Amino acid sequence: MRAAIRAVGLVKTFGDIRALDGVDLDVPEGAVLGLLGPNGAGKTTAVRVLTTLLRPDAGSAEVAGVDVLQHPNRVRSLIGLCGQYAAVDEYLTGRENLRMVGELYQMRARDAKARARELLEWFGLAEAADRLAKTYSGGMRRRLDLAAALVARPPVMFLDEPTAGLDPRHRLALWELIETLAAQGTTLLLTTQYLEEADRLAYDIVVVDHGRVIARGSADELKARIGGERVDVVIHDRALIGAAVAALAPYAAGRADVEQHPRRITVPVSGGARVLADVIRELDRRDILIDDIGLRRPTLDDVFLSLTGHAAEEGDPGKDA
Amino acid sequence: MAIATSGVGGHATPQPRGGVVQMARDSWVVARRNLRRMTRIPEIVVFGLMQPVMFVLLFSYVMGGAIKVPGGSYREFLMPGIFAQTVAFAVEGASAGIADDMAKGLVDRFRSLPMARSAVLAGRTLADLVQSAFVLLVLAMVALLVGWRVHQGVPEALGAFLLLLLLGHAFSWIGTLIGLSLRTPEAATSAGLIWLFPLTFLSNAFVPVNTMPGWLQAIAYWNPFSATVQACRNLFGNPGAEGAHVWPMQHPVAASMLWSLLILALFSWLSVRKYRNGVG
Repeated sequence: MRAAIRAVGLVKTFGDIRALDGVDLDVPEGAVLGLLGPNGAGKTTAVRVLTTLLRPDAGSAEVAGVDVLQHPNRVRSLIGLCGQYAAVDEYLTGRENLRMVGELYQMRARDAKARARELLEWFGLAEAADRLAKTYSGGMRRRLDLAAALVARPPVMFLDEPTAGLDPRHRLALWELIETLAAQGTTLLLTTQYLEEADRLAYDIVVVDHGRVIARGSADELKARIGGERVDVVIHDRALIGAAVAALAPYAAGRADVEQHPRRITVPVSGGARVLADVIRELDRRDILIDDIGLRRPTLDDVFLSLTGHAAEEGDPGKDA
Repeated sequence: MAIATSGVGGHATPQPRGGVVQMARDSWVVARRNLRRMTRIPEIVVFGLMQPVMFVLLFSYVMGGAIKVPGGSYREFLMPGIFAQTVAFAVEGASAGIADDMAKGLVDRFRSLPMARSAVLAGRTLADLVQSAFVLLVLAMVALLVGWRVHQGVPEALGAFLLLLLLGHAFSWIGTLIGLSLRTPEAATSAGLIWLFPLTFLSNAFVPVNTMPGWLQAIAYWNPFSATVQACRNLFGNPGAEGAHVWPMQHPVAASMLWSLLILALFSWLSVRKYRNGVG
């Protein structure tokens, strides 16, 4: 399958900071790639290079088969970009925003007008279409921003932390929209710090940290890397933690992890739900009261922690170059 | 309904045509956007008017009695200076405006679109020009009310207003470069404003230059701003037009045009280059 986005050896430095330190990317047509990493990992810089906003110091990139450095203006007519901020003009109405973007995509005024109407309807903004965008809620602005990126029906879209700053309800709604776009065949590259977001939206995930790709693969492949499932149990009585660890020992496939304060014990296991049932019976037999128990598959958070040595939420907020 | 795409190659957008036609069209689209904003934030235009009107009243009534100018009233001497200062203050709006667009991510959106590279800046300065013309019109009416008069013909007066607008246009490109160079709209507002006071006061705008110390006179006579003020005095037939024996004061219309075109060429080139190479 043809690559919709290809980057080879991208390097970009800002002073002493190597924001991109030899990044390779390869996104097949119609795929959704999740670029996952903490603040300052280089995600935004990668997007800015691929969307022609920034020239890399080294490396090359192609989007939809067009060389980003040789023919930036041709690339621009093939992409849609949603940046970290909803880039809409607050003092224009929703409709005016979309028509302006359409005309700047070199559409004829009539076509831009028709496209704006279509998108406003599709994004549930028809009623608010003729209100100034500054009266819109955060979720509505995000939708308008996404609509603006879609004006030209771009075959390739870049979404830089599309759900940053949205409440859970709006985040969920946006996820559904993104899934629809993907289903309609758009190639998507989205950056995120939310591991569950990458897990849900992207089949292929590239993990970046300090400007380097540190892992790539599907969510399942990444999870498989740090081992299988584990049993998570919270016991009622702190004094019985030692006894509980002893009771779990025969079922553990590795060392138990104990958190004193929440009285939580985590042990790697193999055997799935059957083991869970055994563990419950065993603890019950020893009169150890259980507050909560579950079989947990590793999350991308665990993957991240094991790959980088620090959690995804760490890092320096606001320093994402 | 497939809202997104029909796959790579099946996209509906025309390829960018490039060239002057596209530049003009894109600039117009951006200018229309900025003009719309002005009608929706009339406060900006209103406050933009209040300052020069206040200057007219303060200088005319408070200081006017103390300042003597040869060959006429101080009020008539003052008005061309206030007009020129008003259009020069377009710098502030231009720098704050583009800095705000950058902070809100709009510049990134524009830069990701297949539009003429210069159009975002050209469209914005075009809208500023329209605003300056409107402000000048209102200010001229206020000036007429306090006793300012045009003593030459209408063509001369129109010529003077065109010189003022050219100066304002050139200065809004200075503001554009300032705005592109700073990170926050607040910093851009201050930086756009701070140098305008010395520039407009170290000139012939408010007091006759021959009352200044010698070294300051040289600065005031060669100040680009003074050339336009002097040209306006000539063209309106206002007092204070008798020039000193320095070239810009002897040929103020030519000097005004040269200065403005030079500033325009230099700062539009620098601004577009900065915009093209990416802002931060």
